[in-house]
Amino acid sequence: MDKVSKASSGKFKETFMYILFLIAACASILSVALICIFLFQRGIPAIAEIGAGEFLGGTRWKPLQNLFGIFPMIIGSIYVTAGAIIVGVPIGILSAVFLAKFCPPKLYGIIKPAVDLMAGIPSIVYGFFGLVVIVPIMQNLFGGSGKNMLTASILLGIMILPTIINVSESALRAVPEQYYEGSLALGATPERSAFAVVLPAAKSGVLAGVILGVGRAIGETMAVVMIAGNQAVVPDSLLDGVRTMTANIVLEMGYASDLHQDALIATGVVLLVFILIINLCFSLLKRKES
Amino acid sequence: MKVTLKDKLSTYKQHPFSLFLMIVMVLAMVFTVGITLSLIVYIVYKGVPNLSPELFELKFTAENQSMLPSIINTVIMTVITLVIAVPLGIGAAVYLTEYAKRGNKLVKVARITAETLSGIPSIVFGLFGFLMFNIALHWGYSLISGAITLAMMVLPTIMRTSEEALLAVPDSYREGSFGLGAGKVRTIFSIIIPSAMPGILSGIILSIGRIVGETAALIFTAGTYGQIPENLFSSARTLSVHVYALLNEGLYMDKAYATAFVLLVLVVLINLLSKYVGNKLTKK
Repeated sequence: MDKVSKASSGKFKETFMYILFLIAACASILSVALICIFLFQRGIPAIAEIGAGEFLGGTRWKPLQNLFGIFPMIIGSIYVTAGAIIVGVPIGILSAVFLAKFCPPKLYGIIKPAVDLMAGIPSIVYGFFGLVVIVPIMQNLFGGSGKNMLTASILLGIMILPTIINVSESALRAVPEQYYEGSLALGATPERSAFAVVLPAAKSGVLAGVILGVGRAIGETMAVVMIAGNQAVVPDSLLDGVRTMTANIVLEMGYASDLHQDALIATGVVLLVFILIINLCFSLLKRKES
Repeated sequence: MKVTLKDKLSTYKQHPFSLFLMIVMVLAMVFTVGITLSLIVYIVYKGVPNLSPELFELKFTAENQSMLPSIINTVIMTVITLVIAVPLGIGAAVYLTEYAKRGNKLVKVARITAETLSGIPSIVFGLFGFLMFNIALHWGYSLISGAITLAMMVLPTIMRTSEEALLAVPDSYREGSFGLGAGKVRTIFSIIIPSAMPGILSGIILSIGRIVGETAALIFTAGTYGQIPENLFSSARTLSVHVYALLNEGLYMDKAYATAFVLLVLVVLINLLSKYVGNKLTKK
């Protein structure tokens, strides 16, 4: 009798814990669902009220006059992300090739932790650094306030470096050593072998790193808001200030109300859609790789 | 045969483009490391002289923007976030590795959503937390709403690292435990999780780094109140938010430098700790 009850209590424990683990496994699903529900539920009606064309294509953002066009912010986000890619990708890939193929082990022991640390530095500290170091340099070089698209692109380019370097480096290391050695045996120099044979073989992994970098750049908020100038107009040149979608939210959410607040949440929805598309590209690429 | 510098130089003479590639690679590397170093040196150089005992007073006032309350808030925020995220993350990893069968639909969805979650920008988390906890649940600016938001943010990190650590536990451990008559739950808690602990721990440390450095997700959830909170439902700023608030007001650059220095020191320490745990893991 006693044995039976013990066994059934053991069985109860097993089932109970199984259910707890199952619930935990659903936490990430629930999180994504909740985020989508809450944002879309407020954002979509706002877009409908403003008018999708007016909201996405309108070039004037004047909340006081009930003008909510986020076109300048969408363009701003795309521009600074493109700028970050132009700055960060060549430097990142070159660094990754160096780390994977040419770095002496002793030096590697210093550089690798530095790159990891770079990934861990909070974005507010990057923004601070940009504000007190890069912005004054820009002021001296080009005049004006120094807070412009170029400044934002450079700082974001720096911020995505560790992502690109780490992902590209592991992609390069995953290429079979025979490729490299075969190329060397054919008489190519080590540099040529690395760039003409190993790098193309690691293409999809490197591209995945770049896409991850794009995601990070487009979602970056605190660093950008401090150095990009934040004018809500479509920029004419590299030296004009820009406002990104993220900056738009963080600047005005604190005091916005009613339709203005809804329009900011709708900005978040547009940003989320961008990110979901980028994520989709990333996972498609990863699937192709494996 | 050892390649001497002379051999290398003569090769480069024949292949100038290879030399060019080597030079741009070294330049890129110097730029990357140089930027990191100059950022650290600059913050240290500007921050250390601005440190003063007043900055570590227990009370935050309009005259003295003490950072000690923010440091304490950061610790509280980290602890609450981990209390929520760690059991969920490890539990999810246990389900995915120990219970789920191959080709399970739920596993697929859980992995995809975890990946999606890790790509969502922190400002979107902040917006969501604001909408759900502050408005829909009427909690207002509060520690707890910030902590749950952050827990959702670090969940994928803890899940992924725990999963990897659990997968690395040899199957013979499980079989040995079952063979001795232990049930599944007992095997998980007394054999599998303990042997996967270093890996799980490194994921947790990684998450601590992210929590400490986070700003955008907290401004609209936990808010920017500068005092030590009375309870879970009071607003509280962490150290990163404190830096933002100081910069935003624009009057306290010297204090911002000092606070950024303390924040950077924390981040470096967390980084070293994760390296240390990681090394222990590979040695084993």
